[in-house]
Amino acid sequence: MRANTWAGRNKVEVRDLPDPKILNKRDAIVGITSTAICGSDLHLVDGYVPTMQDGDVMGHEFMGEVIEVGSGVPADTLRVGDRVVVPFPIACGACAACAAELYSCCENSNPNAGIAEKMFGHPVAGIFGYSHLTGGFAGGQAQYARVPFADVGPLKIESDLTDEQVLFLSDILPTGYMGAEMCDIRPSDVVAVWGAGPVGQFAMDSARVLGAAKVIAIDREPYRLRMAEQAGHIPVNFDDVDVRLRLLELTGGRGPDRCIDAVGMEATHGSAHIAAYDRIKQAVRSETERPHALRQAIMSCRSGGVVSVIGVYGGFLDKFPAGAWMNRSLTLRTGQCHVQRYMKPLLRRIERGEIDPTRIITHRLPLDEAPHGYDIFKNKQDNCEKIVLKP
Amino acid sequence: MELTAATTVRRAGTEVYAFWRDLQNLPTFMAHLEQVRATGDRTSHWVAGAPFGRDVEWDAEIVDEVPGEKIAWRSTGNADVPNAGTVRFVPAPDGVSTEVHVALVYDIPGGAVGKAVAKYFGEEPHQQLDDDLRRFKQVLETGEVVRSDGAPWGKRARKEFPQRPAQPLSDAELAEGAGQ
Repeated sequence: MRANTWAGRNKVEVRDLPDPKILNKRDAIVGITSTAICGSDLHLVDGYVPTMQDGDVMGHEFMGEVIEVGSGVPADTLRVGDRVVVPFPIACGACAACAAELYSCCENSNPNAGIAEKMFGHPVAGIFGYSHLTGGFAGGQAQYARVPFADVGPLKIESDLTDEQVLFLSDILPTGYMGAEMCDIRPSDVVAVWGAGPVGQFAMDSARVLGAAKVIAIDREPYRLRMAEQAGHIPVNFDDVDVRLRLLELTGGRGPDRCIDAVGMEATHGSAHIAAYDRIKQAVRSETERPHALRQAIMSCRSGGVVSVIGVYGGFLDKFPAGAWMNRSLTLRTGQCHVQRYMKPLLRRIERGEIDPTRIITHRLPLDEAPHGYDIFKNKQDNCEKIVLKP
Repeated sequence: MELTAATTVRRAGTEVYAFWRDLQNLPTFMAHLEQVRATGDRTSHWVAGAPFGRDVEWDAEIVDEVPGEKIAWRSTGNADVPNAGTVRFVPAPDGVSTEVHVALVYDIPGGAVGKAVAKYFGEEPHQQLDDDLRRFKQVLETGEVVRSDGAPWGKRARKEFPQRPAQPLSDAELAEGAGQ
């Protein structure tokens, strides 16, 4: 099969590889019809997430048709021919984390738990195409993928919704939604979202669906801010204005009630010296993140507010504003998305027309053009917001 | 050498105990064990793989047992590596799960065998035991040892690194034993 693979820092390569086979009884093999490039793939390509290997198949957002099931997959859960969206965290459905619907913390699905434990204190779930730290599972930017615990994760699509309407149930739509849900939004709330990439856009839409009075989009790319504005959100360009002052203006001096960090470890910042500080520390590996969006969210949030973190962080950061966090009664909530928990309810919202996932798609490319896709997405060229790949 | 480790399995204590008490199940999740064969109600014969193709074998007997709660055993006779162990099964506070507490003692001898065994356990024997218990939990909770494309060999993956790339296996690699 053809598959897009990690080929070293800042390099991906489409190669010919063997077709995947059943390794565990509860596996299924999915023939992929649509897959996507995610912002967190860029952290892997940039080399900021350790334990990538030359040849690892990339991609954790994919859907397709089941072409083979293992003997341990009950026929009433999944059959050959089913059309499915596959959630990015691999979850066994049987451990205490799964029982608590904390699927991205599954205690059984990561065969490299010992490595993850050293990095994170406790292991995390296996994730498709997302380094050996999260299991060393081949990803879905390919013609076929092996899906472990296929009786637990994949969501069957039984209506005639298009791939583009449902594909993002695999990650970015539930991730954005969880970011808003963790905010416990009340009708009077102003919600500010750092990052107007795909996850940020869905966090904004979700905040509105959950009843926010006002939603603010913070980014530096005019095309991303325009996209947010067209969806009814208020744009703030951090290259043009002082973000904290602008947020105070927009909230009568209170600060946003709820703040969502949809940026993560590779934030950029208007202030050259702070950006340089983080870039240098990250380059020499004395911190693994550039947590500028997180710092600014904490400093800007109103006292007693919630800061919800869905941008990806990998290791250690410094200059965390613990004083603001502690003295102003802020609540910090976070997590890799527990996708399985949100797929069905969000599918209903798509069917009812409450959320339109297709609004963020700017590019559709054949799988073989994945390297070009990574290039324009990473460098924010050609107004690239979200790329769907067609194997 | 003394090792302790613990895990929590989301299964009833009776089930977890019964799986361990059938000692022949131990090699399904313990990386270094090749075979455990019951030779009587409380006695058994153990075979562990060692480097250079040499196996280490010993007889063992259960010396203390409280059904559903505890199993203690020790090697008997002229074991190459005299050893003893205890596993305790304790109800977890959630009312559903069972805590499994394991303590092992190995008397690593001198000479060639001792060196081989010490090397075999590697630099991080605690890690080895932790990983064994993780596989124990996987087998009881999910029915199998979980395999990924980068670590497809199940319990044969004695070290988590180096791994092969996370991509589908070739037929030759499959024939080498992944997925079995």
